[in-house]
Amino acid sequence: MKKSVFLGALTVAGLAAGAAAAGTLDDVKARGKLNCGVTTGLVGFAAPDANGNWDGFDVGVCRAVAAAVLGDAQAVEFVPTTGKTRFTALASGEIDMLARNTTWTFSRDVDLKFEFVGVNYYDGQGFMVPKELGVSSAKELDGATVCIQTGTTTELNLADFFRANNISYEPVPIETNAEAQQQYLAGACDVYTTDASGLAATRATFEAPGDHVVLPEIISKEPLGPLVRHGDHEWGDVVRWTLNALISAEELGVTSANIAELAAGTDVPETNRLLGTEGTLGEMLGLEADWAVKAIAAGGNYGELFEKNIGEATPIALSRGLNASYKDGGLLYSPPFR
Amino acid sequence: MTTLTDPPKESFRLSMLIYDTRYRSLTIQVIAMIGFMVLIGWLISNTAQNLQALGKEPSFRFLSEPAGYDINQRLIEYDSQATHLRAAFVGILNTLLVAVMGCITATILGVIIGVLRLSKNWLISRLMTIYVEMFRNVPLLLWIVFIMAILIETLPAPRAFRGETPEATMNLADSVAITNRGVYVPEPLFSNSLGNIHLFGEHSLRFDISLDLIAVLAALFIGLFIRRKIKTRADAIQESTGDRPTTWYLSLGAVVIPTGAVLIALGFHLGYPELKGFNFKGGIHMRNSLIALWLALSLYTAAFIAEIVRAGILAISKGQTEAASALGLRPNRTMSLVILPQALRVIIPPLISNYLNLTKNSSLAIAVGYMDLTGTLMGVTLNQTGRELETVLMGMSIYLAISLLISMVMNWYNNSVKLVER
Amino acid sequence: MSDVSFVRTEMLPEQDPPASSVGVVGWMRENLFSGVWNSILTVISGVFIFYTLYGLLSWAMVPTWAAGSLNECREILHNMGREGHLAGACWGVISERWEQLMFGFYPNGSEEGTADLRWRPVLAFVLLIVALAPVLFADKVPGKLIYLSMAYPFLLPFLLWGGSIWSPIAVAAGFGVGYAAYRVIDGVAGSLAAVIGSVVAAILWWLFLASPVAGLLADIIPLGLEPVESRKFGGFMLSITIGVVAIGLSLPIGIVLALGRQSDLMIVKSLCVGFIEFIRGVPLITLLFVASTLLNIFMPPGTDFDIIMRVFIMVTLFASAYMAEVIRGGLAALPKGQYEGADSLGLNYWQAQRLIIMPQALKISIPGIVSTFIGVFKDTTLVSVIGLFDPLNLTNAIRADSNWNGIVWELYGFIAVLFFIFCFSMSRYSMYLERKLRTDHH
Repeated sequence: MKKSVFLGALTVAGLAAGAAAAGTLDDVKARGKLNCGVTTGLVGFAAPDANGNWDGFDVGVCRAVAAAVLGDAQAVEFVPTTGKTRFTALASGEIDMLARNTTWTFSRDVDLKFEFVGVNYYDGQGFMVPKELGVSSAKELDGATVCIQTGTTTELNLADFFRANNISYEPVPIETNAEAQQQYLAGACDVYTTDASGLAATRATFEAPGDHVVLPEIISKEPLGPLVRHGDHEWGDVVRWTLNALISAEELGVTSANIAELAAGTDVPETNRLLGTEGTLGEMLGLEADWAVKAIAAGGNYGELFEKNIGEATPIALSRGLNASYKDGGLLYSPPFR
Repeated sequence: MTTLTDPPKESFRLSMLIYDTRYRSLTIQVIAMIGFMVLIGWLISNTAQNLQALGKEPSFRFLSEPAGYDINQRLIEYDSQATHLRAAFVGILNTLLVAVMGCITATILGVIIGVLRLSKNWLISRLMTIYVEMFRNVPLLLWIVFIMAILIETLPAPRAFRGETPEATMNLADSVAITNRGVYVPEPLFSNSLGNIHLFGEHSLRFDISLDLIAVLAALFIGLFIRRKIKTRADAIQESTGDRPTTWYLSLGAVVIPTGAVLIALGFHLGYPELKGFNFKGGIHMRNSLIALWLALSLYTAAFIAEIVRAGILAISKGQTEAASALGLRPNRTMSLVILPQALRVIIPPLISNYLNLTKNSSLAIAVGYMDLTGTLMGVTLNQTGRELETVLMGMSIYLAISLLISMVMNWYNNSVKLVER
Repeated sequence: MSDVSFVRTEMLPEQDPPASSVGVVGWMRENLFSGVWNSILTVISGVFIFYTLYGLLSWAMVPTWAAGSLNECREILHNMGREGHLAGACWGVISERWEQLMFGFYPNGSEEGTADLRWRPVLAFVLLIVALAPVLFADKVPGKLIYLSMAYPFLLPFLLWGGSIWSPIAVAAGFGVGYAAYRVIDGVAGSLAAVIGSVVAAILWWLFLASPVAGLLADIIPLGLEPVESRKFGGFMLSITIGVVAIGLSLPIGIVLALGRQSDLMIVKSLCVGFIEFIRGVPLITLLFVASTLLNIFMPPGTDFDIIMRVFIMVTLFASAYMAEVIRGGLAALPKGQYEGADSLGLNYWQAQRLIIMPQALKISIPGIVSTFIGVFKDTTLVSVIGLFDPLNLTNAIRADSNWNGIVWELYGFIAVLFFIFCFSMSRYSMYLERKLRTDHH
């Protein structure tokens, strides 16, 4: 008798899940929802509020893609993933894209069969220590206890760094940022190491941020970006160019405030092509002509997203640094919309 | 439904496969076997298809590649250049370590609490009831993170030991340091060490056995053997003369002298932990994660063992207690000499399954970053190599093997103490 | 020789016992201070209880209920003159997030154009208690309730997941189809063929007809609730749903496995033993890893169960193995005479199981089933390891909110207390049942 719970549930699940058939783009359109993998919670990048609404920098990318494809920035199903489950969730088709501050590496791209569509945050691994330890360089950390998040590239970088400098350390593996912070503040580890953005975000929430310093050494390159499954190029293009549209919009001065006005037509040809008043870029992607308008209107251009979620006005207070547009000496550089 | 007719002489018909009870069981079994085979085949073919679609090929080659990550708690030598297989081996040893430690303390605590629950002291028995209910009704995972949080938040950090007027000091004549990174206790050191035996050469599974440890253990065993001889002789004398010779000093000497001699010959001394740089150096470092996991597992399992012990004691009829009192035994002697030995037979089978549970529950180590098998092979290795199928299946088989081994050993023990009945 | 100067001739009147052996004092002498050792223990534990309660209460009794962030809490405590890490609790996080801890992300009407749907899980769990009443409190409720119990397995998914009402009805109709097939074939070709026929008919119905029929009916009479995806499930609601679904589904599987393990058929028996011992030999967490990373690889290409569905499957398999052992215990506890009696009445295997053995064996097993449920319910916290938002993982998500970054004890304490209430009341119930079911008299 009870067996029918299962069948009943399956029927319902069948309605909800739907089979992954042809291209991801068609699936997403048919489903009317984008399944976007995010972290289970990282301040400024992705965290649910009391009502279960997700917010953050990575979340903003998901919303932009949903807006571009479906015309609705709210049509996103956020699938929280852990360091362990994120890649399988993407590979198995459970999520359509992963925006979970994931480092673009050779082996992930080639061996794990994923396609990184770009970089939404240029990061690097740094160290944070309490000021009272009097440490000014990571090379003085011989014998220190270091908190690291497991399941990330930071673990490997850390081992490499200490081995290369021939100094010893004691790793304390930790699952989430919240736990790492707890251990670090209580002095259970001397050093906390993760991406510099994460360090800044964590430090910002301390009672006395001034008592802690981020050491000058950045020991790795951590280009973080959204990724999709290998082989589905149409879908990869959609995500890639949505991200580029956000970056281009900033370069071209298109913001969520003036977009309605600019979408009516401007004197700048590239803006027009981006916003779909000129050319057929949207059609080439298999989207509506005003796809980029919707993507940008969803949360603003790259700069706006940055300022709103992790910028200097927020408690996290990250400066743009490498993530400034190339015009301001940063690395962000979108290929042209042509 | 059997009728007394002649045995059927007619030739075999197909319908007999279903209707004839002689053949029906065969039919059912064959169908079950075929069904099982089909299921397995179906799963394997699905897996093959899916893996092909993902462009992955099952392979265990990653096991011989360098792991690249460090493990803080290790019983055998390991560094980030060692292989993934070696990392898994480190994890297995860590699993076994915490399981063995947990089983021992859980048993001790469980017996004490189980006995105290039956105490005549109202306050004590209520307190023990609260303990048991508190631990049994809250998930273990919550206890693990909770105890970890308590250790981290309430104990002093190593830096509190520093300075002219430190906020925290070491305990037991400066030999034990309790910090929120773990507990540092003195370690045994040998100045004339005999060295180690290296097993398995350069293979990933290589490990060393300390000859010092073997020597000490050998001396201890010799001592115990002599002590037993002395006891047998004393028994014999008591049998024949009725007087039992005083032997305690002989027994003590037999145990202490050989062991002590070996220890002195090896130059045994204790290495004390000392605050150097960021951390305490020297001594044995029992890490926070190990202590939290160990405590949580022991306290949680002890609550279950306490209930088993209580039930076991209550299962012994009251006549036994009364007979013991009539013989003039005092309550605690009654408990240890009369009740517990009998209750043990009732207690052991469920105790085994609790040991098994504890071992399996040790996989929750992942919550506090204790690098057991789940943390190494099914944790970091899985993450870094992306080999889900291989690592998870390997991990499951290892756990299965450990479980089967434990239940085999314990069942063998159970059979050996079982009452031989008619 | 003797010079007796006094012989009492009348009985002395009864006297009250000495004041030290009755009343409060007597009770205390008897139960708390009946010896030096006991007195010491009493004093030590008394002091221990006092300090624990004092510390706990002074920590918990702080007016921080209305605080909107950890910093506000710190301010309130600072104004009270308390400083430091353990100065006092910050209850603001509970008052802001308790609904989330209960329901996860189940629609609460906060989004534009959505309604507050949380009455559905609440109703589902209230109905669960009502539906279980005929089993749990058989002597105290009207017998008609059994119809609700039979309908409940279809009601639960409908209430929780929503969608068209016709889907669960179509699934339920499969049992009707099977029964009808049984009656029809039974008249024509005998009972064994009827059983096989009914099973085949029901399966055919579910595979091919159920969903078109449900779709058709839904087109004609669109009746239903707004669908809610299982990803929205979270908090205690998720834990309870996993527990209930796993136990509900594992009961039939467990019965089959237990019978298989007891049977004389060698292959069937070894398959069942193999399955049970395999599941019991590995930690649940590895099975959850299978759910999160491997299950989709094992399924035909294109199948895509969402993660909650996969967790249901694996936890159900896990619970079935334990359930099988509980039921095997129930079967073993039945006196052999019951089996022999059934045989002597000329009942065949299934008749005997259905009419004689199972009703008794299941009844004896209820306390064991309840404790299995408690175990599974507690183990649902493990799903936090694979990223589902059970209460424990929600603490991480809440701490990722910059308002509540750094909160520890309040959340753990709240969750622990809720788990305790659930599990403790269930275990008390199971003990009550055990006493009630005890048929031998001591």
